Amino acid sequence: MYALKFNEKVCATCPSADCLLKCQYMTFEKEEAHEEMMKIVRGEDSRVLHECMTCYACEEYCRRGNHPYYLIGERREERGIYTAPRPITNQWINMTAMQGKYMVGDIKEKAISCCFLPQLAEMATGEIFKDVASSVVFGAEFMCPAVHTHFAKMSVVKERLPVVIENLTKLGIKELICLHDECYGTFTSIAPAYGMEVPFKLTYYMDFLLERMKELKGKIVPLNITVAYQRPCSNRLIPDKHHLVREILDLIGVSMPDRRYQDENSLCCAELFRPIGGYRIADDVQRRNLDDMVATGAEYCLFNCPACQDVLSEKVAKRGLQPVHIIDLCRTAIGEKEREV
Amino acid sequence: MSDILQSLKEIVGEKGVSNNPEELWFYSRDPGVLDPHFPDYVVAPRTTEEVQKIVQLANRENIPIVPMGGGMALTGLVIPLKGGIVLDMKRMNKILEVNEKARYAVVEGGTSQGVLKAYLQDHHPMLRHSLPDAPPATTIAANVSLHGQGRLTQQYGFNSDMVTGLEVVLPTGEVCRIGSPSLGPYWFSKGPTLPDLSGLFLGWLGTTGIITKLGFKLYPNKKYRDVELLVTDRVELVPDILYKLTHLEMLEDINVWFQPKPLLFAGNFHCTIYFTGDTEEEIDFKRRMVWDSVQGYLDSKDAGFMNIQYMKDMLMEMPQRGIAAFADVPKGGGFEYSGPITIIEHFPRYAAKVIELAEKYDILYASSARLISGGHSMMFSISFAFNRNDKAMMTRVKHALDEATAFSLEMGGIPWKPNYMEQKMTMEKMDPVTLKLLQMVKKNLDPQGIMNPGNWEVN
Repeated sequence: MYALKFNEKVCATCPSADCLLKCQYMTFEKEEAHEEMMKIVRGEDSRVLHECMTCYACEEYCRRGNHPYYLIGERREERGIYTAPRPITNQWINMTAMQGKYMVGDIKEKAISCCFLPQLAEMATGEIFKDVASSVVFGAEFMCPAVHTHFAKMSVVKERLPVVIENLTKLGIKELICLHDECYGTFTSIAPAYGMEVPFKLTYYMDFLLERMKELKGKIVPLNITVAYQRPCSNRLIPDKHHLVREILDLIGVSMPDRRYQDENSLCCAELFRPIGGYRIADDVQRRNLDDMVATGAEYCLFNCPACQDVLSEKVAKRGLQPVHIIDLCRTAIGEKEREV
Repeated sequence: MSDILQSLKEIVGEKGVSNNPEELWFYSRDPGVLDPHFPDYVVAPRTTEEVQKIVQLANRENIPIVPMGGGMALTGLVIPLKGGIVLDMKRMNKILEVNEKARYAVVEGGTSQGVLKAYLQDHHPMLRHSLPDAPPATTIAANVSLHGQGRLTQQYGFNSDMVTGLEVVLPTGEVCRIGSPSLGPYWFSKGPTLPDLSGLFLGWLGTTGIITKLGFKLYPNKKYRDVELLVTDRVELVPDILYKLTHLEMLEDINVWFQPKPLLFAGNFHCTIYFTGDTEEEIDFKRRMVWDSVQGYLDSKDAGFMNIQYMKDMLMEMPQRGIAAFADVPKGGGFEYSGPITIIEHFPRYAAKVIELAEKYDILYASSARLISGGHSMMFSISFAFNRNDKAMMTRVKHALDEATAFSLEMGGIPWKPNYMEQKMTMEKMDPVTLKLLQMVKKNLDPQGIMNPGNWEVN
């Protein structure tokens, strides 16, 4: 079994305790934040183990390369602490079990991963994806298991991720374009944190998108719209990629006004807060997030994660914002899709 | 026999009667596991007068007569066990009246659930009826005559409780009106304040008369409808969870279901909770009330609400088609269920029995319970799917269903829409004085025993 590589000394000597101090759902004084984290490191009980909402953000707040979020998950599981109700936790484990119901396209050395989200396969078509669209994998056999970290089931991650890596490797894939942040984050953050080797090149889809849009620059008609961006939780695993959103938007003539809940201070879609923390916190986070989006005067709510889009589309539409995924927005900019109004 | 055929043609016209083997074949069976029995004639009347004449003919000639609606009860209730005439009521499908302010409708005895649903949507959007989760072609009269349930049963009781008046052709051929229509033009009460005679026909499965018209209650059709799905892996908690939910007195419908496939549903008991409102605020309020009512189970991590975004359309369907999908899991598209009416606190024992039977007979189960009247009872369906082309599997399902019925009787439950064998098992268990009373009713109403013989054979 793989084990988390966690450097206790890094935490012990941390000058900031930002991992907990910056947490948006728990409040700490600086000393307390440090002490609570050290309790977790030592394997002691901590209120963090009972109150953490699993937003992933501490992975971004820790600038020293440790993995506080994964450690919290490990400690919770060691103590038998369920974040969400047990039947919901087990349902997710069952739902994402490998049952041989997967889809493998005409695999070439370069392939795209749709994770366990069929809507990604519908989006990844047209001119932008013309060379890779048919080289696609989808299904539990190729799904990153990061979602189980929300339920502090790190054992499921450790059990399934090596199988996923092996399944992809067996297909002869040399480069995998991850259409979901969660996949890219899993392969580039979780896997190395647990000492798992990923024997193929990983490409984040926004890197791919940016390059393709540069190549298709001649076809771009600036959209001249404003958007509020819904940053997904899993982007916290790959914060160095966050800048790509703005670069892509600049290229297609889309402005993203500053708002309170953006960048490091982003609020996640909060739907998993519902089973973990109850409807009050989920409703409150979603309301604050949407109020903030509306206040910017944005016309569109821009999504990166299809799961966020599923959860928030109706809600943002009721507040007057058109929901759109960044891939669809790029396809609109090159005239492949009608502008949705 | 040719005289009877000719007589029937004279009553309903050439196209309203048949004894062609290919048509009799269809009327000899239903989608369940019981063996087929062929009728001698199939007749489709258009009016009460035609029904009267057919019944008079059957009475005179001593021919069995089996009134039939959609024919989808699954338990062989309209399979003509002793041959005779199958009276297909589907051409008597007129909606005769909707009284908007008194909230009732009057329809002919062959009117389908789907036709009324569409009519109300088009002409009376403020009103709805208690739609069962059966195919739209099933009829309203058949549903109430077997004490069916529907979407509003949790709030208002069995669909038969919603009846507000009946017109019945008695086995003698006389036409009788039950309730307020026996005194005047209004169909607002099936009994009170008169002696309630509707019980002579409701639940009798067409063995005491033929319903040619019926009135029944309609209810407010709210602008919004929503659903939550609570799951628990502890079956023993289900009765208490339902007690807390029904205490709210604000839920449209509650179904509790469990099934081993797909894997997503394995190991959990799912409580689908429907609620309605005229504003989004009302819906949000009710959702919060639902969550708050079970907060203790959320805190203990024993139960939680599923994110149902991707399955919401399926859950919101009326009627739901998921049952048909379940029937085809073993391929061959068959399923049947024993659906005892019982008390909610017995849910865990029934659930254990379903799983035991499925394992014993190597068959696939999917069980669902619908709450009745705010939790006073529930219909617990012990459902098994089978391949119609696999006789051995069908036999195993039949044995499992027999065992399920025996179990429910042991538990003090009442078999719902029982097949003729389950009816016998029920009568054997019944208080002898009660049985004697049933015999008196049947003997007096149908002395020749021509009405759907083989069913409720109390004599």
